[in-house]
Amino acid sequence: MLPIPAIVTRRIVQSCVLFGVFVLAACAQPPADQASRGTFDPYEQENRKIHEFNRGLDRGLVRPVAKGYDTAIPDDIENAIVRFAVNTSLPSDIVNNVLQLNMRGAFQDTARFLVNTTVGLGGFFDPASEMGMPAGTNTDFGETLHVWGAREGAYIELPLLGPSTTRDTSGIFVDLFTNPLSYVIESPENLAITGAGVAAGLSRRSKFSETIDQILYESADSYAQSRSIYLQNRRFELGGTEASTYTDPYDSIAPAAPTLEDPYDQ
Amino acid sequence: MTSNPSRRRFVVSGLALAGAALAPLPLHALTEARARALVDQVVSEINRVIASGKGLSSMIRDFEQIFSRHADVSIIAQSTLGADARRASSAQMRAYTEAFRGYVARKYGKRFNEFKGGRIEVNGVKQVKSWHEVKSTAYLPGESPFEVSFLVSDRSGQDKFFDMIIEGISLRLSERTEIGAMLDRRNGDINALIQDLKQSG
Repeated sequence: MLPIPAIVTRRIVQSCVLFGVFVLAACAQPPADQASRGTFDPYEQENRKIHEFNRGLDRGLVRPVAKGYDTAIPDDIENAIVRFAVNTSLPSDIVNNVLQLNMRGAFQDTARFLVNTTVGLGGFFDPASEMGMPAGTNTDFGETLHVWGAREGAYIELPLLGPSTTRDTSGIFVDLFTNPLSYVIESPENLAITGAGVAAGLSRRSKFSETIDQILYESADSYAQSRSIYLQNRRFELGGTEASTYTDPYDSIAPAAPTLEDPYDQ
Repeated sequence: MTSNPSRRRFVVSGLALAGAALAPLPLHALTEARARALVDQVVSEINRVIASGKGLSSMIRDFEQIFSRHADVSIIAQSTLGADARRASSAQMRAYTEAFRGYVARKYGKRFNEFKGGRIEVNGVKQVKSWHEVKSTAYLPGESPFEVSFLVSDRSGQDKFFDMIIEGISLRLSERTEIGAMLDRRNGDINALIQDLKQSG
């Protein structure tokens, strides 16, 4: 009833989630070398069930809705909504940058947020990019956990949200609370932020439809393919993919069985 | 410049000759300049295909040519087969490599129209282990620029790239997952895999 208990409950939920993160981070840890390159997927059976569910959901709902949304809404308005959604996520990025002690990123994102919220009319336009300001850091609490030294953990496919890891899943939960805007903006108005987020998701689904369709519906094992692509890309984003992590394929020519003809012999 | 193909071939064959004459060939004969020249060539050919605005089938054909000329298709094909390459006969390897070449050309060539109005720019090159990594940035209209890097080696005797990595996603590693799944579906029958591959992409 009173506003104070509401804030208190939120605090309690917040600290519970934070505590949960550390508990989660403590269990299901792969050996260090496994985490550094290979795939640690102890929940593969459950993950595959969720993957089938997600595929059904995409085929039956998300994909057609995204297609309809993309045709119905003019591109300019669609792009404005995406920009609005990106702008409202900046305060959360700033918080995470501070937690990562990335002060330059926090400063850049703050400048971008101020410019786009004012000159960019609430974020529907992106004058920051037109002025040549650096791109947003687009970070999250999963990255913060990475910076703090948490390991990737096991691969997890989440219902609706798709590929993730134990570390990134913890990050997603915490990020429900890291956006200062959600504390400032009152109840009916903040639905606009959620709605824009969903709409931006639909835009992305239709924009990358060929790539996503190829992975989900044309590959021989869409679960393995999306797992591989997610992990490769996520490790790259987190700066873990030094080119030296690849092995030289030419090295495997030498120890091959004698039946294998050296392709360079001719 | 070194991008002139006949001059390049001359330089390459000259080097091969020198290698035959002076037995201990230096391990890393490939220089940064040559790795970069190769990728410059690839990128300029890709940009030309993007700008041409040709139809899908001729784009796929153009992509297959670029891929055959500048990528080491046989090492990529062998690497996507993983350990199973060791039990394949040489005839199977040849058939597999050919099927793989067509599959990659169809699968990736048909995506070229997404690059319409875009361009790729080469940024820099550095040596990594036994190869060179050439980094470039792709600029597509209405999208934030993203990183594309090429891994270049001369261990085949020619300067060729053996992997293309887009935002950390390696074509070779992703195709290894795909080929592995296709092979599993056929219970490890390489001949059946080759037939499937001819129909895919």
